[in-house]
Amino acid sequence: MDWNLSDGRPIWVQLHQQLTQRIATGMYPRGSRMPSVRELAAEAGVNPNTMQRALAQLEADGLVTTNRTAGRTVTEDGHVLSRICMELANEKIREYLKSMALLGFSKDEAVDLLKQWEE
Amino acid sequence: MENTLIACRGVTKFYGKSNALDHVDLEVGRGRIVGLLGPNGSGKTTLIKLLCGLLQPSEGQLTIDGHTPGPYTKSVVSYLPDRMYFADWMKASDILGLFADFYGDFDRKKAEEMCRSLSIHPSMRIKAMSKGTKEKLQLALVMSRAAQLYLLDEPIAGVDPAARDFILNTILTNYNENGTVLISTHLIGDIERVLDEVIFLQTGSVVRHQAVDDIREQEGKSVDALFREIFRAIPYGGEYDAR
Repeated sequence: MDWNLSDGRPIWVQLHQQLTQRIATGMYPRGSRMPSVRELAAEAGVNPNTMQRALAQLEADGLVTTNRTAGRTVTEDGHVLSRICMELANEKIREYLKSMALLGFSKDEAVDLLKQWEE
Repeated sequence: MENTLIACRGVTKFYGKSNALDHVDLEVGRGRIVGLLGPNGSGKTTLIKLLCGLLQPSEGQLTIDGHTPGPYTKSVVSYLPDRMYFADWMKASDILGLFADFYGDFDRKKAEEMCRSLSIHPSMRIKAMSKGTKEKLQLALVMSRAAQLYLLDEPIAGVDPAARDFILNTILTNYNENGTVLISTHLIGDIERVLDEVIFLQTGSVVRHQAVDDIREQEGKSVDALFREIFRAIPYGGEYDAR
């Protein structure tokens, strides 16, 4: 997964969103150590201060914990992780229903289409 | 150590009758990466040359780390000019020697390692280098100093996108945490994500000085988009539109 910082929203918000996604998808497994601010900043090609701000928000969300000696680790709290997964899923559902509405499908029709859908 | 690294009060610079900088007031802190943005002829290079002590202000006061530009500030400022100033018969190793002689804070080993990663051989002559290679070599030299202020005048102009990424990454990974990097450019889209804050210069005046993410938050658009808007909205003045 590459970093994508294309839109006009604040960069730290975009970083925060993508870090959250990485944790939710298990790219940074629960209980594992997060790469350092510098490493992450270099990887994403962003200012370390900006990355720091995104990580501080992850900490406020309860997704990572800072350990004085060992740096940052991903939380092992299953409740927090499943809550985050639900939030991301809700966002996807909202997006789906919104695009379907633009195409003229009601919510029920959109749900039916989804049930019938086969790849 | 003071928190303010650069302080300008009413700095004005005339070239004959034309006014390159007009009462610039500016404060820049430490540990920041700052973009100095503006169209051609807005005064970016003039401001940088004043900070290096290559030019004297016509009016006003300017200090770096509490000192007016002079021998002390030159020892803590690492300057990348907008064009190469080395003779083209010199080899990469000659220039490394020159920097080692001139600057006490120059880390020769680091510069040599950076040259190696760029596949610039020490015996290579400037004459034989492409434009991009020259730019990268100069940057390697400038970033190998443990300076307090790095003044980079158009470091990414005229190099390909891959070299641009290399240069930006070099800046990000090599500036020291107490040092501030001031980068002048008009290629904002490429550089925006590495910046803490930006200074917009327009016909010699600071029209905006703000954190990148604050601009994005307030305006709902990137600094690049804002720049295009500001400098397009003005029908006269500024070479950008006069061209």
